[in-house]
Amino acid sequence: MSTVTAPATKDGVNEKKAVPPDSDRMKAENRLGQRLVAPALALMLLVTAFPMLRSLYLSLFDYSLTAPDEREFVGLQNYITALSDSALWLTTLNTVFIMVVTVAFELVIGFAFALVMHRVVFARGLIRTSILIPYGIITVVSGFAWQFAFSNTNGFVNSWLPFLDSTFNWFGQYGSAIAAIMVSEIWKTTPFMSLLLLAGLAQVSEDMVEAAKVDGATWLQRMTKVVLPNMRAAIMVAVLFRALDAYRVFDNIFVMTNGAVGTRSVSFLTYQQVVEQFQFGIGSALSVLLFLSVLLIAFLIVKLFKVDLASARQEK
Amino acid sequence: MAGAGLLTACGGDGGKPTLNWYINPDGQDTLASIAERCSTDEYDVVTQLLPASATDQRTQLARRLAAEDSSTDLMSIDPVFVPEFANANWLLELPADTIDDDTLQGAADTVVWEDAIYAAPQWANTQVLWYRRSLAEAAGLDMSEPVTWDQVIDAAGENGGTVGVQANQYEAYVVWINSLIAGAGGEIISDTEAGRDATVEIDSEAGRDAAAIIQKLADSDARQPDFTVSNEGTTLAYMYPADGPGEFMTNWTFVYANYQGLIGDGEGQISQDEFDDLGWARYPQTVEGEESRPPIGGIEIGVGAYTDEPDFAREAALCVTDEQAQEELAVNDGLMPSRSSVYDSDALQENFPTDLLALYRDSIDTGAPRPKSAFYNQISVALQQQWHSPEDVDPETTPARSADFVTAVLEGRALL
Repeated sequence: MSTVTAPATKDGVNEKKAVPPDSDRMKAENRLGQRLVAPALALMLLVTAFPMLRSLYLSLFDYSLTAPDEREFVGLQNYITALSDSALWLTTLNTVFIMVVTVAFELVIGFAFALVMHRVVFARGLIRTSILIPYGIITVVSGFAWQFAFSNTNGFVNSWLPFLDSTFNWFGQYGSAIAAIMVSEIWKTTPFMSLLLLAGLAQVSEDMVEAAKVDGATWLQRMTKVVLPNMRAAIMVAVLFRALDAYRVFDNIFVMTNGAVGTRSVSFLTYQQVVEQFQFGIGSALSVLLFLSVLLIAFLIVKLFKVDLASARQEK
Repeated sequence: MAGAGLLTACGGDGGKPTLNWYINPDGQDTLASIAERCSTDEYDVVTQLLPASATDQRTQLARRLAAEDSSTDLMSIDPVFVPEFANANWLLELPADTIDDDTLQGAADTVVWEDAIYAAPQWANTQVLWYRRSLAEAAGLDMSEPVTWDQVIDAAGENGGTVGVQANQYEAYVVWINSLIAGAGGEIISDTEAGRDATVEIDSEAGRDAAAIIQKLADSDARQPDFTVSNEGTTLAYMYPADGPGEFMTNWTFVYANYQGLIGDGEGQISQDEFDDLGWARYPQTVEGEESRPPIGGIEIGVGAYTDEPDFAREAALCVTDEQAQEELAVNDGLMPSRSSVYDSDALQENFPTDLLALYRDSIDTGAPRPKSAFYNQISVALQQQWHSPEDVDPETTPARSADFVTAVLEGRALL
């Protein structure tokens, strides 16, 4: 359908001049526009570029806030130290693990919620609101709530799970502690995922779904052949946003285990160096590495989805 | 909170200056009344509350001081952070007579950095061995003589009792390790004023003795169920368990008032007889015959380097740590004095058993402070990571491995 409407032109006048020369008025307007945007641009550079450049600069020093006189230039030593330390790689592995598992769960559950919100005919506002409530709760509060739920002294999870001893300490070892952290993470952000997917669902033309229905497609076929392919862009945005968010996971770890039993994420490791240990040099190096790895993940996801889109078209 | 600090700071403009005293939550009502008493015609002292944990207190003060906050005039600081703050030039030097012969040695040690005094000791804390007299009797342990960790663990293990310590991955675990090592005549690290070039000493005979005791308790019947996540609070419950003869526990001075407050008939309360069964003795020896070195804690009062009123702030720091203030804190809140003479005051003698006061005073006077280093926090966290879980502590490997790791962290070669 879109292929019919897209190239439509009104008349032949536009085709003659693809790029018309700017009139004086256009040029003046452009200059005015640039001048109007300049202050905002300068402010943005100040609040985003400055801290980034500053931490890039600091990462080249051996610098502790508590020993300011001993600050010394060490070049790339902080990066070599960080990259050759198993602590960084273990936390990175743990972070990627959290990211993959939580985004996968959120995508599936979030899609189910999006379908419910899209199709629901009664109490629409009430149902949509109740699905979105967890997203309105502050992550730290969610972390505390789930920590209490999983606690072996005043929580209820142990008594709800028949195969568990009532004294089982969820935060005593890696496997169960990371599971508790991920449950809180998934509970908190699935609504965000479903909101983004709902926007994607709304873009899928009802006509196409109707047409597929008339052609005798089953519900599953309509989902996989019509709805999902047409909301690829929305899915990509949702996965990209959530993956980057999940990679920077901090709050739940901070609240629930404070990094014990190997549950540290890269953000938490960075926080420990900068805020707890006041080691601005190595801490800044870690923030730069964190920034670069977020860029890398964004790049990989964008690339991955492009490949998918192309191959999907060839299949068609 | 930051807003409140700013408001009060601004409120002083024009008229009488206001000195902000950042306090920790222990005994805050008494501290507020001390602040009122120490206010003069020339200035007012008001208290501002810091977070509950020592780590958060340090972070908040450090942020203010690093930003050269002129409204941080006085601050209550944990002894282990004095060198760090002094080294960062965040504290003003105090007059030499801030400490004298009357100041207990353990408290006096903690405020000195590079031959200058950077804080005034306010109250002092120490650990003693708390135990059930009936349990010690059943085990045939003569508590009037110094006891060793080996004896205590065996006595508890053979008689159905337990031994309470602090072995979760946190600061108090380092407190335990430090006292074990000092009790064997060793130290975690020496030459600490050399900063990052200090000499790590934990890979020594004393370090191995300490590790052997932790290993012995971990493998013993006397080990408590939550041993690996135990803290000052969790071990309290094992003194008067539903069944069993109770425990031996190393813990801070608050324990006495804690159990005293439990006397009654209700659920979770203890009878007067049970309370009378509570005994106390000097911290156990690491090595038989060598005097034990109990832990030292407490609070010191520092003067912020960026205060607008350095003279008033110095004067106020001495006032809030004077004998009257120390007496009030001890009687009202159980926070023990850092001055020897206050222990002899009538008020204290009325409120605490005489032998307990003598034990506290002696322990604080001969205790072992934790390493005085500008990088103490890094040393402590590095040790916590290497010595936790206590189940895995092995005298053959743990001291050597942790020495390498602490050295690497100090030299900036390893991440914490």
